[in-house]
Amino acid sequence: MSEYSAGRSGFTPAYLDRVGSSFTDFLAVAAPDLLPGRRPVPQIPVGNVTPHGTTIVSVTYDGGVLMGGDRRATMGNLISSRDIEKVYPADAWSVIGIAGAAGIAIEMVRLYQVELEHYEKIEGLTLSLDGKANRLAQMIRGNLGAALQGLAVVPLFAGFDLDAAPGAAPGRIFSYDVTGGNYEERGYSAVGSGSLFARNSLKKTWRPDLDGDAATRSLVEALYDAADDDSATGGPDPVRRLYPIVYRVDAEGAVRLGDDEIAAVATGIIDERSAADGQG
Amino acid sequence: MTMPYYASPEQLMRDKSEYARKGISRGRSVAVVTYADGVLFIAENPSSTLHKVGELYDRIGFAAVGRYSEFESLRVAGVRLADVRGYSYNRRDVTGRVIANAYAQTLGEVFTQQMKPFEVELCVAEVGETPETDQLYRLTFDGSVVDEPDFVVMGGQAEAVSANLREHFLPGMGLAEALRVGVQALSAVSPATSAGNGGPALLTAEQLEVAVLDRRRPKRAFRRITDAALRPLLDRQEDAAAVTGEEPHTAAHAPSTPQPGAPAGLGDPGAPDTGGTAGSGGEAPTT
Repeated sequence: MSEYSAGRSGFTPAYLDRVGSSFTDFLAVAAPDLLPGRRPVPQIPVGNVTPHGTTIVSVTYDGGVLMGGDRRATMGNLISSRDIEKVYPADAWSVIGIAGAAGIAIEMVRLYQVELEHYEKIEGLTLSLDGKANRLAQMIRGNLGAALQGLAVVPLFAGFDLDAAPGAAPGRIFSYDVTGGNYEERGYSAVGSGSLFARNSLKKTWRPDLDGDAATRSLVEALYDAADDDSATGGPDPVRRLYPIVYRVDAEGAVRLGDDEIAAVATGIIDERSAADGQG
Repeated sequence: MTMPYYASPEQLMRDKSEYARKGISRGRSVAVVTYADGVLFIAENPSSTLHKVGELYDRIGFAAVGRYSEFESLRVAGVRLADVRGYSYNRRDVTGRVIANAYAQTLGEVFTQQMKPFEVELCVAEVGETPETDQLYRLTFDGSVVDEPDFVVMGGQAEAVSANLREHFLPGMGLAEALRVGVQALSAVSPATSAGNGGPALLTAEQLEVAVLDRRRPKRAFRRITDAALRPLLDRQEDAAAVTGEEPHTAAHAPSTPQPGAPAGLGDPGAPDTGGTAGSGGEAPTT
């Protein structure tokens, strides 16, 4: 802790060394205890005693990209949270969604947000979208030990590519595995326990030239289908007025879609499904 | 064998002060002026990449004069301190005072213990919820820190610029008005204008680096006002001078609304923020 009481004794040499623009690298020198992945890994699997977040879905559309997540966190067979948020803006032009051990994942998102902002402030430039995606991969890689004890974190990353070639789709999606493997996805992707069902749903409803509204519906419907078949994914909850969280990233930046807008889309899907002779 | 010599502490300090002062006075001036919606930074700086003004944190900005390499490393240290504190506590727990203290300690240490003092003068500015809670800290090369009201001027001819500003500054000015007063004060002593070796009467957009801490922006208050937004603001100065009374603040901000096709955050205070990178992320491709 003494390292960052710099306010009292002036900056320590680490602060004044002009090397690197990475917040994570700086923390590794100045306050390594603040970094996830630097702590002793538990010797036994502990996956059932910590909350886990589940399904995240991302789809591209003609003007950018959307990302949404359900609101459920589970702990073994229990629902530990009905209103957890699993999709966050990473910076002004990108969003990150997380599936896996919620505590570590949220810490990682916070670190990642600071990392991007820190780079921006020091360099006076935003990282390229590929640079951001790569940086996240390195963070996931550092968590491999914990992942093998049941504390895996698997993010989904999407953003608007300001440097996209003319004619190329500006919205791009990157998925990851627990070893930090980084894969660019075409069109849509999903992670988490319900991702299999979500992907199957998207396969039928998503088309490359969808506009924003149609893509939003396609995304919410994929989450509905995931909740339908996966016990760890929460569906729309009209009783508590809890609906999926959806972010849109377009040329204007990342914005969270209003609850009313998502509620209307979800209600539309429920009505349509109800009309289908009780077959879901 | 080295020659033993003795110099009195007074003499040493005096020499160091003189050395630092000389270095600083060679540079161009920077003015930090409070206005109705926050704090305005105006620097005479022909370079568009070697900044004298920067963002430290959500509500905190930085301005410096003197030797670039020295204040740049101090700026980076300030960003690091702010980010480490914000990450380990909470974003609200990062204050201008903490950063100003760290600067003061470091500058003081270097001044007394190193052969060569830092040839820099810094200003740490923080915007609060209301104009009364805005803070301007001025830090000098020897580590003294002063909490200044209204405005801070640093650099080459700080005295002259200060005197000029004191005459024309009014609390609660709009952005355009504050910019006019600040630019006019800097121009009055600048070698690049007609006051110096000839040239235009006022400094032009190319010679200025301008940024604001705008309290109305939701998270990151810092925003650079770059060429496209600055030029109309400067052009209106002659008109603004002619108009009696202050314009409404909304009008004063009108020129900084986003250009068509510009990425969000470049002007609209309600839009998602881009902070210090405004304008540097490149033109958003039209889709």
